[in-house]
Amino acid sequence: MLGSRLILGTGGVSSLKVLDEILKASGASVATVALRRVDPAARGSLLDVLLANGVEVLPNTAGCFTAAEAVLTASLAREAFGTDWVKLEVIGDEDNLLPDPVELLRAAEELCEDGFQVLPYTTDDPVLARRLVQAGCAAVMPLGAPIGSGLGIRNPHAISMVVEAVDVPVVLDAGIGTASDAALAMELGCAAVLAASAITRAKEPASMARAVRLGVQAGRSAHLAGRIPRRLYARASSPTGGMADLG
Amino acid sequence: MEHALTSPDAAASRAPGTPASPPASDVVVIGGGAIGLASAWKASRAGMSVALVDPAPGRGASWMAAGMLAPVTEAHYGEEALLALGLAAAGQWPPFAAELEEATGMDVGYLRCGTLLAAFDEDDREAAHELYELQRSLALDVDWLVGSKARELEGNLAPGVRAALWARHDHQVRTRALVAALEAACHHEGTRFVTDKAVELLTSAGSVSGVRLASGGELAATRVVIAAGCWSGGIAGVPEGALPPLRPVKGQIIRLAPPPTSGASPQGVTWRLIGRTVRGIVMGAPIYLVPRSDGSVLLGATSEELGFDTSVTAGGLHDLLRRAHRLVPGVSEMVLVDASAGLRPATPDNAPVLAAYGVGSGVDGLIVATGHYRNGILLTPISAVAVAAWLTGSEPPAAILPFGAERFGVGAH
Repeated sequence: MLGSRLILGTGGVSSLKVLDEILKASGASVATVALRRVDPAARGSLLDVLLANGVEVLPNTAGCFTAAEAVLTASLAREAFGTDWVKLEVIGDEDNLLPDPVELLRAAEELCEDGFQVLPYTTDDPVLARRLVQAGCAAVMPLGAPIGSGLGIRNPHAISMVVEAVDVPVVLDAGIGTASDAALAMELGCAAVLAASAITRAKEPASMARAVRLGVQAGRSAHLAGRIPRRLYARASSPTGGMADLG
Repeated sequence: MEHALTSPDAAASRAPGTPASPPASDVVVIGGGAIGLASAWKASRAGMSVALVDPAPGRGASWMAAGMLAPVTEAHYGEEALLALGLAAAGQWPPFAAELEEATGMDVGYLRCGTLLAAFDEDDREAAHELYELQRSLALDVDWLVGSKARELEGNLAPGVRAALWARHDHQVRTRALVAALEAACHHEGTRFVTDKAVELLTSAGSVSGVRLASGGELAATRVVIAAGCWSGGIAGVPEGALPPLRPVKGQIIRLAPPPTSGASPQGVTWRLIGRTVRGIVMGAPIYLVPRSDGSVLLGATSEELGFDTSVTAGGLHDLLRRAHRLVPGVSEMVLVDASAGLRPATPDNAPVLAAYGVGSGVDGLIVATGHYRNGILLTPISAVAVAAWLTGSEPPAAILPFGAERFGVGAH
């Protein structure tokens, strides 16, 4: 499904013109859209801009507070968008918008059973991530920090543990504030990064989209290249011992 | 030569049995919202015969709008041209309101009340301060107030409000009074109201020739003004490129009245929640409270991409009321009069389309004034002035020049 390792969230975008610029600059091939906030049948809409850019729509269940609501919303999304893919969000608190783990797992079980490809927005808890995968989720999307907070990845170690705990792609969702956050996510072994507010609410959204895209690419390359071990003491980069014997 | 339908001349010249065909007008205006009405009024006043077509004049977005005339607090990064248009429009409001009130004897409630934009928590303070920096960089007249200073202006603001922007030149108008006055002004100048829906733009030899109506009739005219808001895109016969994609963006709004006991004060204590327009950023989300002189308050508005749906939802009202209550707790004492939803006409870049088409365009005589999104009431005077200028062959205001349809790059002329 992923042609690019950057997934765009569309929330907070100031106009469709800006959205179009962001899509082009980000190179994203998937964008997530809140089913409850858009009418799939409306013309001249946000969806038209996504489709005109060849971007796949990943419907999400933003705004749901119970498993029952999320399952219903996902089922409506499947009908409306003709896709089995759903980004599952079940929110537990309307101020910090953190996921409700109990309701999330329940909804994930039900939707996976019903044939959905479920990508759950989850906390950075490796145990919950594994339970979600055991329920049949196609990927997990742990948060780096609360939605829209731009705080970056508050607990990189937890994200690493999630990556270790599951055998499905890990997509860093929520918390990205700038390009280096996206790079860090990829260095930690995430398969992709989702960015919304970091881009849509930046002063120059298209420039930030380009920057985050490059951050994702840089982080992915660094991850594949293998970072050097961290050392307590210096190790000179120019050799000081074993100099060539020119005598 | 114009004939009224009932004139003996018109009746005599009609073959027996042929249905009455309405007389040709100089101008047909499609859409009887604030902008269509104001355009029709200006054109009629300039001596043209004008027919205005709308199935329910004045009952679209204009009827729902809160009437904030607030270019300064609406400023956004990357929308500087729109800001310039808004500022020019705000400058035209005092003479426009005066002219309209003089023509009709009706009060449109143009109120120089200023607008306070309050930040609820620390994050909101950051967001407001970013807006303040943008406004300052654009040399706008706006003050930064710490929380206690903001509460000196509006004592009912929640004690926790962190800071506020004070935009003394962002005013308001009572939209329903405006619409009523514009209708009256049109009637006074002889604008003919056609209670029907225009479904097609008619052209002949590269020029507009009139419009076809949903009822099957036609209205002949050599000039047609499209001012039909988010319904503008549903008019057939408009060449691609003359109009960008227009989509409705739903806004729910709540009308609140003072508490029932407030009128019974023996000491004549006046109950008033707020005296100025109060906008807020409440935990990252926008809200506004617009006070009317009778103590009532308009509370809005949601922003939803749901096509032509105009239902009022529990969640929409909950969001508005929760934010309003956090910002101005006393709002909970007010009477909920009604809640309704309107459709803002949005273009891809949030700015209106103001354009006139001439010879060689294929639609010579077509004028477009729509897509005003969040700024329709603010932009009413300047849009009507531009339309009237095009109709009378004079120069439109310079501020509208960046807002032709060609900026959307779809082959407009």
